[in-house]
Amino acid sequence: MNFEAIKSIYLFEMARMRRTLLQSVVSPVLTTSLYFIVFGTAIGSRIEQIDGISYGAFITPGLIMLSLLTQCIANGAIGIYFPKFTGTIYEILSAPIAMTEILLGYVGAAATKGLIIGLIILATASFFVDISIAHPVMMLVFLVLTAVTFSLAGFVIGIWAKNFEQLNIMPMLVVPPLTFLGGSFYSIDMLPPFWQTVSHFNPVLYLVSGFRWSFYEIADVNPAISLGMIGLFLVLCLSLVAWIFRTGYRLRS
Amino acid sequence: MNSRTDSEKAPKLGKTHCFRYGYSLPACRSYIWRHFLQFFSKIPMAPIISIRNLTKTYGNGFKALKGVNLEIEEGEILALLGPNGAGKTTLISIVCGLVNPSGGQVLVGGHDVVKDFRQTRAMIGLVPQELTTDQFETVWNTVTFSRGVHGKKEDPAHIERVLKDLSLWEKRDNMMRELSGGMKRRVMIAKALSYEPRILFLDEPTAGVDVNLRREMWQVVERLRQNGVTIILTTHYIEEAEEIADRVGVINGGELLLVEAKTALMKKLGRKELRLELTKPMAALPDALGTYNVALAENGGALIYEYQGEAEQGRIATLLGTLAAQGIEYRDLSTRQSSLEDIFVELVGQRA
Repeated sequence: MNFEAIKSIYLFEMARMRRTLLQSVVSPVLTTSLYFIVFGTAIGSRIEQIDGISYGAFITPGLIMLSLLTQCIANGAIGIYFPKFTGTIYEILSAPIAMTEILLGYVGAAATKGLIIGLIILATASFFVDISIAHPVMMLVFLVLTAVTFSLAGFVIGIWAKNFEQLNIMPMLVVPPLTFLGGSFYSIDMLPPFWQTVSHFNPVLYLVSGFRWSFYEIADVNPAISLGMIGLFLVLCLSLVAWIFRTGYRLRS
Repeated sequence: MNSRTDSEKAPKLGKTHCFRYGYSLPACRSYIWRHFLQFFSKIPMAPIISIRNLTKTYGNGFKALKGVNLEIEEGEILALLGPNGAGKTTLISIVCGLVNPSGGQVLVGGHDVVKDFRQTRAMIGLVPQELTTDQFETVWNTVTFSRGVHGKKEDPAHIERVLKDLSLWEKRDNMMRELSGGMKRRVMIAKALSYEPRILFLDEPTAGVDVNLRREMWQVVERLRQNGVTIILTTHYIEEAEEIADRVGVINGGELLLVEAKTALMKKLGRKELRLELTKPMAALPDALGTYNVALAENGGALIYEYQGEAEQGRIATLLGTLAAQGIEYRDLSTRQSSLEDIFVELVGQRA
């Protein structure tokens, strides 16, 4: 293991976050505050409570998940895509490091950024609503697993993407609808039975539900199933990455 | 040899670093040991790079390399000449690990570049042709990153030396995008030197670089050579190969046409020409000159004698004697040697 190299890539990526502080930290905080103001007052005044939880508190785990998914995918993707785009990837590919070490550096940094933003949003939310965390350890487990899994997914997208258009498809066009329709802002019990069934095909439902369970012990699906699903996504992403590394897909001709 | 003057200054010997470029003491020690052992054992040293029957066919069916064999000795400067698309960059990319070979094998320091990539890549520094840099990084950060990503412990003193040697020290806190093209080129070299490689690949190092900077680059190369670094450079400025290389390889259409010591190559393939400006034009060559390879030019106003390198040099005196005997007078004489460029154009032209 070339730890020096992993550290270098990790710190290099984290330095980019510090440089773009406004965009990477302030913007999610602002967005979250807006969600609370708009959803909390407009919808919250009609729904008031779901399963005995105030509406604002109910949507907090979903909001964190929304940012976590978008940020992890975007950071994981841009981290590896940018050197590919500028050509500086030559240095990483000609360095005495294995692909797993490259992966640890980039995905580690993307996941760290996602986690930091997730925790900042949690802190921001606590200014607006009362938040209780029933299972703090499980909450962290869900948070870390999700961050790692979707940073990996981002890494795959970054390698696959040939232009900025393709790079942004997932975080911009796929993640938001899945999150909004995955029970972030409502309990799927509130849907007609047909849409409840459809919702179960939405992977984000499992993430949000499990994560919310760790806060309030209420869930749309059994938390064990949620954990299993995250594990499944993680294995899926890892196999994709393994395949990319074995074949040199879009990295080494 | 004006490019050599700077390098004649004695390198400063520090406590922990013995060479000018700050190669660390253990690295120097192993270098000296290798040469010591080699000297006393009388065993020829294994080449530092050994390329055997290397082929590369790209996904689109393009055959970039068609069975290249090449051995590079430690400490030499090898120039790879070839027109655009000849396969120079592909060859370098395979040795450095950027491109996977389709067939054949490359050994660097006795290690296979695919199987033992950790050993081989740690020895190799690469300065690619394109100026690819992180536009928003500072010079210091980007060079430090290079060292780290090659698995070397942080060493700010070494980075400082490298930056100073390349006249980059003043620019260390500037962002890459603020630098001129020539400065960026220096940073690319600094990045490659940051991790003390034993072998340095320079892919078109002086493409788009002004004359001053080109001279400076050659000095850098010369200093590195004195530190025992093996240097492989590709170029299509033949002047460059003529100036700094020990050996020259000519590559075209994915094949290595020849590899030879520069001086031997120029001797063997270089042609010399003696030109005599005649006082009185001649209508035809006198019979007495029939045994020489001479021809008339400028409507009989000049006589041109072509001869091959050193082998025929002795004949000039006899030719001049014959001319005197024949009463042929000349007012001026000059000789010209064909350059590496002439040789190159001829070689590549023949095969095309």
